[in-house]
Amino acid sequence: MYKLTVENLYKRFGDNEVLKGVSLNARAGDVVSMIGASGSGKSTMLRCINFLERADEGAIALDGERVLTRQGVGGMRVTNPKQLQRLRTRLAMVFQHFNLWSHLTVLENIVLAPCRVLGMSRKTAEVSARAYLDKVGLPQRVADQYPAFLSGGQQQRVAIARALAVEPEILLFDEPTSALDPELVGEVLKVIQGLAEEGRTMLMVTHEMGFARQVSSQVLFLHQGRVEEQGDATILDRPTSERLQQFLSGRLK
Amino acid sequence: MIELIAEYWKSFLFSDGDTLTGLAMTLWLLVASIAMGFVLSLPLAILRVSRWGVLRWPVQLFTYVFRGTPLYIQLLICYSGIYGVAVVRSQPLLEAFFRDAMNCTLLAFTLNTCSYTVEIFAGAIRSIPYGEIEAAHAYGLRGWRLYLQLILPSALRRALPYYSNEVILMLHATSVAFTATIPDILKIARDANAATFMTFQAFGIAGLLYLVLSLGLVGAFRLAEKRWLSFLGPAQ
Repeated sequence: MYKLTVENLYKRFGDNEVLKGVSLNARAGDVVSMIGASGSGKSTMLRCINFLERADEGAIALDGERVLTRQGVGGMRVTNPKQLQRLRTRLAMVFQHFNLWSHLTVLENIVLAPCRVLGMSRKTAEVSARAYLDKVGLPQRVADQYPAFLSGGQQQRVAIARALAVEPEILLFDEPTSALDPELVGEVLKVIQGLAEEGRTMLMVTHEMGFARQVSSQVLFLHQGRVEEQGDATILDRPTSERLQQFLSGRLK
Repeated sequence: MIELIAEYWKSFLFSDGDTLTGLAMTLWLLVASIAMGFVLSLPLAILRVSRWGVLRWPVQLFTYVFRGTPLYIQLLICYSGIYGVAVVRSQPLLEAFFRDAMNCTLLAFTLNTCSYTVEIFAGAIRSIPYGEIEAAHAYGLRGWRLYLQLILPSALRRALPYYSNEVILMLHATSVAFTATIPDILKIARDANAATFMTFQAFGIAGLLYLVLSLGLVGAFRLAEKRWLSFLGPAQ
């Protein structure tokens, strides 16, 4: 059975049709990379999966259980807000611009969702938060610092720790290294690679082709709102579609 | 000068032997109106940034009216205007409330500072980077919990420098209370002046008292900013 299935997502912003029926099946332990030029719809697709963006049509199922939706203004809404809340903690998101809560310390950032959404006790949450800090390779002394005092790479690793803290079934990465200085990209990719090797299910929008080739079990190439080509990581070496060939040779970048 | 101080120091500071006066009265007006204005302004600020016009517009109208008219006029209307209306006097509860000068003054002050505070807090809420709100959504925070646990704590910190300004302005604004017979610092100064004709000294002392109060407020807010605003980063 698939861990996550996405069927025929459509999304338009005004006259601009961003997704024209994209689908995706991911098994537990899959690392799915979504690649494509800017504007191809890959980030929108990722954001539709946890309903940060509301798709106009389509279906999403976790462990074969379909998320119940109804049509509303601006796209599909999850019928039951409780289910949406639950869904969002099962799918933890890491953003391009980190989006850490700037008025909270690193530790408070990590324990907020476990305490306030999942109802974990503050003590347990803090103990595991510190373990997640270790896991993403950050020293314990950053726990009491505010995000603004950390480098971009450190902030993104805090964001990954925050995502891990809700013990999600699937991690969603939205261009996790695009906002980082080149010398900071490596430290973040190393953490993500470690998570991939643990067998975590991950969906990742990325521009790091070398990295995608290394960690992905599945690659989706999106072009103008459609999945133009998909397969395992070897499609990056032997692309069959002309678009992907062009994209990889850098002409459409 | 010495005689004036000897005669009026008690009244200037805390009591004329009968009621709270001077500095103590000014402080009470400030603390009471600021506290009530603060509590009222939180829900109103949330309505003020609502997506829905039905919720937003009434608050906008309220802040427009109270920021668009002088506090002095608001006080006059509360103190003498409303009591002059026959309907108010025929209702025992309203009659009792508006007969009392202190009630009228606190009502006018509270509504006035509340209207400014609403705009300050609403601006602070809007200044939270959208990505942070989106992250909160992505981790399942929603509804009142989102406001209580994330948006308000962040907004209140961001609002500190602007809010401190409002509190200091409000301190000075309390000096119109004497027109409603409230014995605040200025009222005592006017009494002292009328009795001794030592105008410079009487109002000079009043000015000094306001200065001291302002100094205390500035210091307190500086400490608060150090404690709660350092998250903005090393450059701040």
